[in-house]
Amino acid sequence: MSATDVRATGAGQGGLYGLLVEFDDPVALVEACREVRDAGFRRWDAHSPFPIHGMDDAMGIRGTRLPFLVLAGGVIGCGLALLMQWWMNAVSYPYLISGKPLFGLPANIPVTFELTILVSALTTFFAMWTLNGLPRLHHPLFRSRRFRRATSDRFFIVVEAADPQFDAEQTRRFLEGLGGTAVEAVEE
Amino acid sequence: MSSVAVVEIDNTIDDPTRPTPLVLGGNDFTSVTEKISGIAEKPRPPRAWYVAFGVASFLTAVLFAMLAYLILTGVGVWGVNIPVGWGWAIVNFVFWVGIGHAGTLISAILFLLRQKWRTSINRFAEAMTIFAVICAGIFPAVHVGRIWVVHWLFPLPNYQTVWPNFRSPLLWDVFAVGTYMLVSLMFWYTGMIPDLATLRDRATSRLRAIIYGFFALGWRASHRHWHRYEKAYLLLAGLATPLVLSVHSVVSFDFATSQLPGWHTTIFPPYFVAGAIFSGFAMVGTLLVPARRWFGLKDIVTLYHLENMNKIILATGSMVGYAYVTEFFMAWYSGNPDEAFTFYNRALGPYAWAYWIMVTCNVVVPQFFWSKKLRTNTAVMMIIYVLVNVGMWFERFVITVTSLSRDFLPSSWDYYKPTLVDGLTFAGSFGLFFTLFLLFIRYLPMVAMAEVKTVMPAAVIEGEHRPVGDYHGDIPQTHDLHPVMHDHPEHRGDHL
Repeated sequence: MSATDVRATGAGQGGLYGLLVEFDDPVALVEACREVRDAGFRRWDAHSPFPIHGMDDAMGIRGTRLPFLVLAGGVIGCGLALLMQWWMNAVSYPYLISGKPLFGLPANIPVTFELTILVSALTTFFAMWTLNGLPRLHHPLFRSRRFRRATSDRFFIVVEAADPQFDAEQTRRFLEGLGGTAVEAVEE
Repeated sequence: MSSVAVVEIDNTIDDPTRPTPLVLGGNDFTSVTEKISGIAEKPRPPRAWYVAFGVASFLTAVLFAMLAYLILTGVGVWGVNIPVGWGWAIVNFVFWVGIGHAGTLISAILFLLRQKWRTSINRFAEAMTIFAVICAGIFPAVHVGRIWVVHWLFPLPNYQTVWPNFRSPLLWDVFAVGTYMLVSLMFWYTGMIPDLATLRDRATSRLRAIIYGFFALGWRASHRHWHRYEKAYLLLAGLATPLVLSVHSVVSFDFATSQLPGWHTTIFPPYFVAGAIFSGFAMVGTLLVPARRWFGLKDIVTLYHLENMNKIILATGSMVGYAYVTEFFMAWYSGNPDEAFTFYNRALGPYAWAYWIMVTCNVVVPQFFWSKKLRTNTAVMMIIYVLVNVGMWFERFVITVTSLSRDFLPSSWDYYKPTLVDGLTFAGSFGLFFTLFLLFIRYLPMVAMAEVKTVMPAAVIEGEHRPVGDYHGDIPQTHDLHPVMHDHPEHRGDHL
């Protein structure tokens, strides 16, 4: 997990989780994200009801290692499938059918293929949760009524109080200058 | 937020110079959320829902009664006997698995091909996949006869210390269909997490907030999360694509690896996959046309979406027709008298009636979709969808039964007839399918809200004329963001 991830761990300054600024369209959000990024904040995040193109760059998010985990999952699934079929049909209970070899690769491909896909998919599914710190049933942001529209039609930037550069007054003034429609403090 | 002026737009007119509008009726992000969440939030669904649910749950009860009768009595209650040992159970299994394929095609393959129009219908189609696979799974499980030892299908240690034979295509089926079910479920659920969070955030009662909140996993629409989420979604689509092509191929191996004339043929895997997509699209359409009407979704699931589906039905239907012709050609060209007899028998033998129903419904009927007028008319579509479903069921019936009923030895020939129990079990499986589906449209967001919003003009920050293709972060577009934004006077800000 990168240091810039939003998962709040400790309490912020004086019970403050962070400051939230609201926008009403994605263009303004992307623009503001660039300013927050360039101001040097580390513990901050943008929230929007759908993924926006160009946000990774605007926020300076680096690539995820998810694909490598999935590759590893696929290799493990493939290996386990071959091992299982070989051991069960050629070692533990040898099937002698029409003089065919006890372990013949062509006949074992379908099951190997399916288990490769299955283990890769399970890895994708659960690694995405884990890397995102989900499931997490409560979060300070859920206290904000305004924030509920983040999953519908509003766009937010949240700067955490835990950010080394955070200063309740200065940061508030900075966020107010971003052109959002409202700034709100979120309690821990 | 800019919103489109409310004018009647016919988005079925192809204009290659502009991206086709995928959401009509002047909707903005707010109204999309309201419309789709509203369906799952209404205290009461429309009356048609109650009627449909009543009928469907009655049929589900019939299904369970028939299964109980079967298990308590034995497979003799079905019409299967020698020589036709594979009757409706396998026919229904192949039929239902095939139906499921359209859901994965829409959700995974069209995603990789960057077909933006899929966003309005993918949730719906994926739900259909899962329910169809559930219905499919019932038949092989009960047709083993002794369902209490059904776990022998899996590589589990048992008291006989015998392992399954991994060289058997029937075992491949267990792995293919099992993997398909699990991967479809994960794909569907992953896509639904943001929308479950929407329902959680809009919940008016504590109970709803808790239930939707639990399943939303604490999603808070964070962009750091979206980044990994989109990568995961792309990976799942990439994994589901070869998977869906493998599933019906493996199902066809059940037939193709045997030595029976009419089954032992290499055309089966592609022919089965094309047929599966064909029948699945017809089933998606059968459900979508009434649902968009009942729930007022005509602006989101537009005529353009239906027209595109009809084009796919036309294409896959023609592929299926081509496969029928190829089978006949090969029967003649191979010079194999048994193979030739099987096909002569299919078209002119005792099951000729079933064969010609199949050809009419699958090959002739979809040809009406060449006409734009017909493929944009919802009443015509519904009739064609239903006929295609009938035809595809008969295709599996013809394949399974004609080859078995008259094999190499004329003295063992017989005419297979199903029993009432066969019929009621099949009707009951439709009941289960529709019951699950009706519960889905009542309680879950039936259109992928977060995805639909990404294809609306207001979500496109790079400007109006960006290419239609790339979407969802699968191709990094950030490098050309700056110049485009500069050139566009509409966008606020001097720099970005």
